[in-house]
Amino acid sequence: MPERSDGVSISVTVNGRRHQAEIEARLLLVDFIRENLNLTGTHIGCDTSFCGACTVLLNGSSVKSCTVLAVHAAGGEVTTVEGLAKDGELHPIQQAFKDHYALQCGYCTPGLLMSTCHLLARNPNPTEKDIRKAIAGNCCRCTGYQNIYDAIADAAARVSAARAAGTHGGRAAASAEAR
Amino acid sequence: MTEEQKTVAKSPGSNRWVGQSVARKEEARLLRGQGKFVDDYRLQGTLHVKFVRSAYAHARIASIDVEQARNAPGVAVVLTGAEVAKLVQPFIEIGPDPGGKILDYPMAVDKVHFQGEPVAAVVAESIEAAEDAAELARVDYESLPAVVDAEEALTDGSVLHPSSGTNLVWQGEFEYGDVDGAFSKAAHVIEIDRLHFHRFSSTPLENNVVIAQWDASDNQIYFWCNNSFPAFAIQFLSPALGVGIDQIHFQSHDIGGSFGIKITNYPYMAVCALASRACGGRPVKWVETRTEHMTASAHGNERTFRDTRVALDGDGVITAIESRHIDDCGAYPRYEPLGCIIWAQVLPGAYRVQNMRIHFSQAVTNKCPVGPNRGYSRMQHLWFLERVIDICGHRLGIPADEMRLRNYIKSSEMPYTTPNGCVYDSGDYAAMQRIAKDLIGWDEWQSKIAEARRQGRLIGIGIGTTLDSGTNNFGQSQIINPRAPYSGQSEGANVKLDIYGEIVVSIGSVPQGQGHETTAAQVVADVLNVHPDMVKVRPGFDTDRNVHTGHSGTYASQFAVTGLSAVHGAAAKLKSELSRLASFALGANEDDLEFGVGTQGPEVKDNKSGKSINYWGLANLVNVNNAGLPPDLDVTLNCRYVYRAPFKVPDIQRKYGNLTLTYAAQLHIAVIEIDRETYIPKILGYVAVDDCGRVVNPAIVRGQVFGATAHGIGAALYEDCRYDEAGNLLASTFSDYIPITALNMPRIRYGHLESPSPFSYNGAKGMGEGGAAPVHTVCAALQDALWSSGVIVKDSHNTADSVFRALSTLGLDRGQGLGARD
Ligand code: FES
Ligand code: FES
Repeated sequence: MPERSDGVSISVTVNGRRHQAEIEARLLLVDFIRENLNLTGTHIGCDTSFCGACTVLLNGSSVKSCTVLAVHAAGGEVTTVEGLAKDGELHPIQQAFKDHYALQCGYCTPGLLMSTCHLLARNPNPTEKDIRKAIAGNCCRCTGYQNIYDAIADAAARVSAARAAGTHGGRAAASAEAR
Repeated sequence: MTEEQKTVAKSPGSNRWVGQSVARKEEARLLRGQGKFVDDYRLQGTLHVKFVRSAYAHARIASIDVEQARNAPGVAVVLTGAEVAKLVQPFIEIGPDPGGKILDYPMAVDKVHFQGEPVAAVVAESIEAAEDAAELARVDYESLPAVVDAEEALTDGSVLHPSSGTNLVWQGEFEYGDVDGAFSKAAHVIEIDRLHFHRFSSTPLENNVVIAQWDASDNQIYFWCNNSFPAFAIQFLSPALGVGIDQIHFQSHDIGGSFGIKITNYPYMAVCALASRACGGRPVKWVETRTEHMTASAHGNERTFRDTRVALDGDGVITAIESRHIDDCGAYPRYEPLGCIIWAQVLPGAYRVQNMRIHFSQAVTNKCPVGPNRGYSRMQHLWFLERVIDICGHRLGIPADEMRLRNYIKSSEMPYTTPNGCVYDSGDYAAMQRIAKDLIGWDEWQSKIAEARRQGRLIGIGIGTTLDSGTNNFGQSQIINPRAPYSGQSEGANVKLDIYGEIVVSIGSVPQGQGHETTAAQVVADVLNVHPDMVKVRPGFDTDRNVHTGHSGTYASQFAVTGLSAVHGAAAKLKSELSRLASFALGANEDDLEFGVGTQGPEVKDNKSGKSINYWGLANLVNVNNAGLPPDLDVTLNCRYVYRAPFKVPDIQRKYGNLTLTYAAQLHIAVIEIDRETYIPKILGYVAVDDCGRVVNPAIVRGQVFGATAHGIGAALYEDCRYDEAGNLLASTFSDYIPITALNMPRIRYGHLESPSPFSYNGAKGMGEGGAAPVHTVCAALQDALWSSGVIVKDSHNTADSVFRALSTLGLDRGQGLGARD
């Protein structure tokens, strides 16, 4: 029988809120987010780091939270899909996904939104090739991706506009900037 | 679309919202991470299940020792397959004997029949505790010979289920017209020794999840689960668990895709329910891992086509086809042997061939059981027909487009009765071909391809024409088993005004991303002349809403017909009640009433007096302010309607009758180049033209087409649930299976045609499954690229590896996959 791991105390900021928790060292970040914090927008679709349903931002970079231990996030900042909308207003990336019918069942969507945040923070004007590369690790079984390509291209324009105007979305994408 | 078709279609009335790309209602929660998938439910006191599974494909369970697991920390209960078998009846078998004698229990009892079959369930306080304890279970297996090939299975060298004594599940002869006569008159007879449609799965991104709670106090079982055909699941579970069907409560909310694969997760539902009862009624949750999903949920049907002979006249018109089809259903039939008849919905495909003789059989093998995966049973057959037409065209030197035009059923022949009595409602395949050729630039490609070939490049263009038959007649099950108690097709819906006058819709369907909330709201909005935002459609399915029928679910491309007809009927019923009530309230003549939206929301107005009453007022009158309501004003404002498709039971002896109500069609064209160095096939251009009758929401339909196209391209070029000879699944994780990604999914040019169905109230046809058009199309394009090299495309799955092998072993490897041209 595997050894039970020892408890560890961590402090993580998730969507701007600080959380202090006693966790088992083997706890995955995705389970910490879903089970300890009950933020169930982050999903699990595989067990080999393939599907990207679990993608979140950790210190501004997209990570597959099923492949990161919660202890690795200690002292860091995590953004999940729940942190995108502000005061009920959709983030421009979310709005672009909506307008382009870029989701069907929506199971992959949170991960795709977070990968898009990561992309646009680094590359405000991605080509379709850039977009495809950026979401290569996000599997969607419903949409055939085409509307997602279009949504992300449109999101890029919207985020740039929001950044220029200093409105919602410009800042959230900026928070995904690499540190 | 022809003029006749335009007039045949019934007028759908005044459509303001139906036909528009209305934004999806579902997005409000899904985009914010507020979707409610089963794994997101948090129930007090939940226990977690980890299954102990067989590593063997076929073995006797010599002994099983779970004592240590039982005593491990946090473990509540451990159930072995043998223990479970004592608590339940085996699941119903749909088929007759010999397949009907197969004993299917929720877990393996004394033998395992496929890799991954559960042998014990460990239930603990946390999933980690369950996983840790499951490692302590000791199972000794005595391995038995595994049979992974259906044709070999039929020799009964190693029998899976002693209770039936044979691996044959079902067989039957389907003969129509004068096959021998057609062959004797044929100008050409073309033979194809073997074609093979491979095993794959649409692998929804959300795995199976079950939460079950068996409340002993009142003997009620509650399921929160992502099964996509719960009305069917509860009909299996009720006799198996020995409870009345009304004691089973099933609820789903958001589902992360199913594509038919989640229809057969009911064995896991049974185990979770039994575990809950064993634990004093605590909720028991099972969240399948991807590896479990790949190995032990469901795969699509694999099929082998043997000894095909095709008769053609001097013009290349096919006059007869005879063939033997052997279907592989994996270790247990479950939804099978329905697949042994479902293909016959599209017996001649898009073609006029009148004489057909097909011997169909189905075998169990030591592989994961199949489930009705997107394109279920029709796509295998349609692929077969498309290979036939394609190979015949190449053989006779008739260009691909021309070959099909000579054989297509003509739009002027619609509605068209097939040799086995199915009625194709409408369609114009030749027109679809024209649209697709325009979109891809057919003529330009012809010269580009000729030029490329002169440079020694392997490049080809291919057409796939396919049908998506929707709204199936369950009466076809009686062709399989005359005692099967199923026929027809139905769906239920309820439209009501809630106490405060809100319009609330419940449907028996089980959406998994198809946007039912949105399209249902469009329909209701048109009936009541309100905005779709004013219509609340309850997400998901719930037996306790009391709207479902025994056919309720989301499968078989039917929502646009069955679901929306039910919604339309219920909304019309509500409207007539509202009209009577408003006439009383306003003292008006019903003829003078107008439905619409006023300053105080949805209302009914008397055009004579100008007075109006809003929905709050109307609901108030019935629900909470009803003193003085005349006793003969019998309204509830709570209206259920059941849509029943107009079917008869087919003629069982002749295997003849209408098996499906609507026939959507897809016509795809692909251009593919095979890299001369890597042999990797690359799609250079792809067009998908769809005709699903009158379109309810164009953006949703487009999305379904893109999704189905991705599944088909993925299946044709990447995805393969292949087993080795010992019965080990070779792609048991996503990293091995490689579902299609953004790196290899090409852009699709989309086109469409509308041939309204004369058989649905709104002219719509079910769609969504898509007939696996890309599998046919990709194979045809590869065939075109490889024909001159002497290769025949004989397998539905083609990769760089198989192309390389075919080209390098040309003349040696005639049996498998891509074969040499004889
Ligand atoms: S769940 Fe993390 S990559 Fe699939
Ligand atoms: S929308 Fe269903 S997996 Fe992407």
